[in-house]
Amino acid sequence: MIVQQLVNGLTVGSLYALMALGLTMVYGVLRVLHVAHAAVFTLGAYGGLWTFTLTGSFWLALLGAMAVAVAAGLAMERWVYWPLLAKPTVATLIASIGVFVGLEEVYRLVAGPEPHAFRVTLRINDVRIAGVLVTAPQVLVIAVTVALLAALWLFLTRTSLGLALRAVSQDREIAAACAMNVRRIVSLNFALGSALAGAAGMLVGVYYNSVSPTMGDVTAYKGLAIIVLGGLGSVPGTVVGALLIGILETAFIGFVEFPFPRDAWAFLAMIVVFLLRPQGLLGR
Amino acid sequence: MYLLTVATLVAIYAILTLGLNTVTGLAGQISLGHAAFFGVGAYTTAILTVRHGWSFWPALLAAVAASAAVGALVGAAAIRVRDDFLAITTMGVNFVLVSVFLYFPFFGGALGIGGIPGPRLLGQEVAKPGFLALTIGGVVLALAVNLWLGRSWAGLALQALREDEDAARAAAVDVRKFKILAFTIGTGLAGLAGAFYASFLTFISAGDFGFPFSITVLCMLVFGGIGTNRGAVAGAIVLGAAPELFRFLADYRMLTYGALLVLLVRFQPAGLLGDDSAIWRRLRGARAA
Repeated sequence: MIVQQLVNGLTVGSLYALMALGLTMVYGVLRVLHVAHAAVFTLGAYGGLWTFTLTGSFWLALLGAMAVAVAAGLAMERWVYWPLLAKPTVATLIASIGVFVGLEEVYRLVAGPEPHAFRVTLRINDVRIAGVLVTAPQVLVIAVTVALLAALWLFLTRTSLGLALRAVSQDREIAAACAMNVRRIVSLNFALGSALAGAAGMLVGVYYNSVSPTMGDVTAYKGLAIIVLGGLGSVPGTVVGALLIGILETAFIGFVEFPFPRDAWAFLAMIVVFLLRPQGLLGR
Repeated sequence: MYLLTVATLVAIYAILTLGLNTVTGLAGQISLGHAAFFGVGAYTTAILTVRHGWSFWPALLAAVAASAAVGALVGAAAIRVRDDFLAITTMGVNFVLVSVFLYFPFFGGALGIGGIPGPRLLGQEVAKPGFLALTIGGVVLALAVNLWLGRSWAGLALQALREDEDAARAAAVDVRKFKILAFTIGTGLAGLAGAFYASFLTFISAGDFGFPFSITVLCMLVFGGIGTNRGAVAGAIVLGAAPELFRFLADYRMLTYGALLVLLVRFQPAGLLGDDSAIWRRLRGARAA
């Protein structure tokens, strides 16, 4: 039973991790909170659903979701974040929220306020290991997350572009002084983060069989709570934080009678971290 | 009658915007959870009048006190968290409070609370024109509080805090005290607005106090001109009345607000009537000439 809850928690946690990684990466290079990332996430879900209805292929849909998300992320970087870089962070934050609420309204106007079903017939079966049931969608979510995270990790640690990206996130000015094209690396960063968020959006749509304009609401704030928990800008910290929140939420739903709202746990964890360890779990 | 309703709602928005201006405009502490404090005020009024038979006036005072108390708590959190992180914290407060309103039966759950009585004055139920006068009285009160605060030593300290927290601390400004003060006053005003809102609409539910509404209030403030009281009131009037008077706008409300926020921050950060806005400069120029 405990292990079963753990599996459920890990699934939810991997979805959070995919979503929150983009936030942490953007914070890493620009030091802004990218609230509109949640709108990218929702767009990924719609993009995936749209591609899936057209082609009927899960993998093409995943690509489609990531493609529209990348386009949206790059557009925001170019027209919202980059021009506001010199302004105080609060200004950027307000603009980012503006983009977020505006886009949610666009989704509602274009696709309608009602949730769309996202039914995918999977060619994999439920897995049962020693009495613990891992459903087919869970297998899918965990497999895709692990694959994407591994790819990101390899990219960041094994390629020179990944090295440049880490350099820019440590110190933008010094990186520029070392003849790195900071502008392009920031764009690359947005592209990577948005691709992950797009994939997350689509997987959430498939996992809960529902895509709706407001699906990014709770995600927006939970993603922010998770990156604070993990230590802002820390990629491994974000993954740990996301898995922890996922497990915490499912564990308490499974075992505690107290009707504490599910979405409040992330917030509570964040407050505790603020008070005890402001640099986050794995922050520097 | 319809115009009276719109005017009353606009006056309530103006109280809210003025309250947010105390916290965000004057003291520079960004709050993305203003609607939550509005909700605390509204729910306090609703529960006290409907379940405990209180009349409007003491419930109004209790609402202000309850909101201010919750606000002081968040202000205390603001001592440790700054800027972006404060924004996330207040956003979180908003989400958590709304889910508390929504899931706990004590707050009426998804059904909300209905049958909230209106205020009585001299033994008589206050009618709509009277209610409008009342809320305008609330706006005047909020204005007076902000004006007094702006001219007092406390106001000077708050502005110092906004401009440079570290420098303010170095100049022996008790940053902690003034952050809590700003939050207490700003959220107390939100509680006042909440009390009016609950008894005016006679029905409230958790959805009225969500994060989008916090953004709406923030948008009113930024649009009018953040940091100025005239801007706060002007923003509430223009953005509060526009979707009611032009119905076709109502469907695109959040889109409009979102686009406005982005465009304003990028091209006209002082808003409509802020100290450095195009319109205000021209008005000042005309007066000086």
